[in-house]
Amino acid sequence: MPATPDLDTRAHPALVHAEDLSKVYGGRPAVDGVSFRVTRGECWGLLGPNGAGKTTLLRMLLGKTPPSGGTLSVLDHPVPGAARSMRARVGVVPQHDALDPDFTVAENLVVFGGYFGLSRREVEARLPWLLEFASLEGRADAYLSALSGGMQRRLSLSRALLNDPELLVLDEPTTGLDPQARQVIWQRLRSLRRRGLTLVLTTHYMEEAERLCDRVTIMDHGRLLDCDTPGGLIERHIEPQVVEVHGEGAAAWHAAAGARLAERHEQVGDTHFYYCRDPGRLLGAVERAAGLRFNHRPANLEDVFLKLTGRELRDG
Amino acid sequence: MADDPPVGAKPTDATSPVASRAWPRWLGWIPVWRRNLLVWRKLAVASMFGNFGEPLLYLMALGYGLGALVGQVGGMPYLHFLASGIVCSSSMMTASFESTYSAYSRMAVQRTWDAIVTAPLSVADVVSAEIVWAASKALLSAAAILVVATALGVVDGPQALLALPVVMLTGLAFGALGLVVTSLARSYDVFLIYTTLFITPLLLLSGVFFPLEQLPGPVRTLAEVAPLSHAVAVVRPLVVGASVPSPGVHLAVIAGYAAVGWLLAVALARRRLEA
Repeated sequence: MPATPDLDTRAHPALVHAEDLSKVYGGRPAVDGVSFRVTRGECWGLLGPNGAGKTTLLRMLLGKTPPSGGTLSVLDHPVPGAARSMRARVGVVPQHDALDPDFTVAENLVVFGGYFGLSRREVEARLPWLLEFASLEGRADAYLSALSGGMQRRLSLSRALLNDPELLVLDEPTTGLDPQARQVIWQRLRSLRRRGLTLVLTTHYMEEAERLCDRVTIMDHGRLLDCDTPGGLIERHIEPQVVEVHGEGAAAWHAAAGARLAERHEQVGDTHFYYCRDPGRLLGAVERAAGLRFNHRPANLEDVFLKLTGRELRDG
Repeated sequence: MADDPPVGAKPTDATSPVASRAWPRWLGWIPVWRRNLLVWRKLAVASMFGNFGEPLLYLMALGYGLGALVGQVGGMPYLHFLASGIVCSSSMMTASFESTYSAYSRMAVQRTWDAIVTAPLSVADVVSAEIVWAASKALLSAAAILVVATALGVVDGPQALLALPVVMLTGLAFGALGLVVTSLARSYDVFLIYTTLFITPLLLLSGVFFPLEQLPGPVRTLAEVAPLSHAVAVVRPLVVGASVPSPGVHLAVIAGYAAVGWLLAVALARRRLEA
């Protein structure tokens, strides 16, 4: 069930509360005065292009870098002041897994539990469940080099659950995974979300944000551009129907007919995007035109994202 | 969302509730130190082989070979002089290697530190653990040499065991200095420079292989400022059974290097990882 954007903050107290938070590197703001709340039980996604400031924001959230300005509290702990005791109740899936290559699957979990003050026996009692969650049953004694990228990410996810956290923070949880492995991670995250765990994740995959997140926040140039349910963002920013037209003669057709038949139009390379409430007349016209290829689809988060962040290529 | 099959039991079913307790600030280094110990245990046989084998070779080749030519040095047989010096130099070499090449691998290549600081532990905990770990390995290698030296009849008596805490302190000093370099390093190359400009000169000029008195004035002064000569000054008499002249001064110098190095390493590592 997607949460409504105007949640009652008394019934759903904020697990993360940031007020005018900023981080400046060498005079350049990486995070530029952002304010937001993450409420208990929701999956809150941070969507943005490379270099938007997502990772810097996550690092501040975990107390791994001090903010240049603003206030931040996580699980009622002021951060970075009380970040250490806050992190005892938070699970983290870092972008690069950072699993320990010197250890087996089980040793990775036992050693990491030690960082939380959990004894070997306490971790071993939870080991069957953690291995099952990672679909690594029977691989407790396997070394990391024997695991695929998807298996390693699942182990990294299980490791983040060792301390039975109230909040799970994931930095690009499916980057670098193949489609099957990614589906498995999504399924695991949804099952955690259903159990009431609060999730904060960054991604630059639209479909990931659309499928997983109750609320998506779009970030660019260190600022939060908008925050809403995926459906709400689409509804507020984009006409519901999209027709993409490309092929020889698309430009001429646009000038002659297309331009008048849609509420809004964008061009990327040789493809024309027509955004409409009712695409009937436009579709009729494009079908009659010879030599044009077209694709009619409902508007999605990617359309919102591209509208808000622009279409130029981001390197780095 | 309802189409997902249920996965596993609830996380709290296994041992509910899970009592996750953050380590107290001053003990946060322990689980990280233990992690390094667990990795070492997997390679312990090969590691111990090196710990015993290498000093044995040095003592045989130099102690007997060179010793036969030079006879008495510093008022004792050369084998005794050399063995008591190598106890110290080996602790320096071991702690330095561990705190540079090995620690850098964990910090920058394996990203082990990155994962640790997502737990309720800090960069200071990790750096402290690495320094204590470097010193622990230094202690181990020095202890191995003492065993070999005892077998060769070099060690005078049980007071030689007092050399072990001195070696541990020396390991802390070189571990801390190594971590300073590691916190600044952008690649492995800088460790070669550190070894060539600092560690190897100390190995050769700190009274391990020949007495400090042989050195020309300015070089000798430099050697006397550096930490290794102070370790040798305390450990050698303890091993061969002589009285130790002004041990407090020597120990204070080594402890000073350890303390300043530790503060600097923590500050530099925080600058690197918490920017």
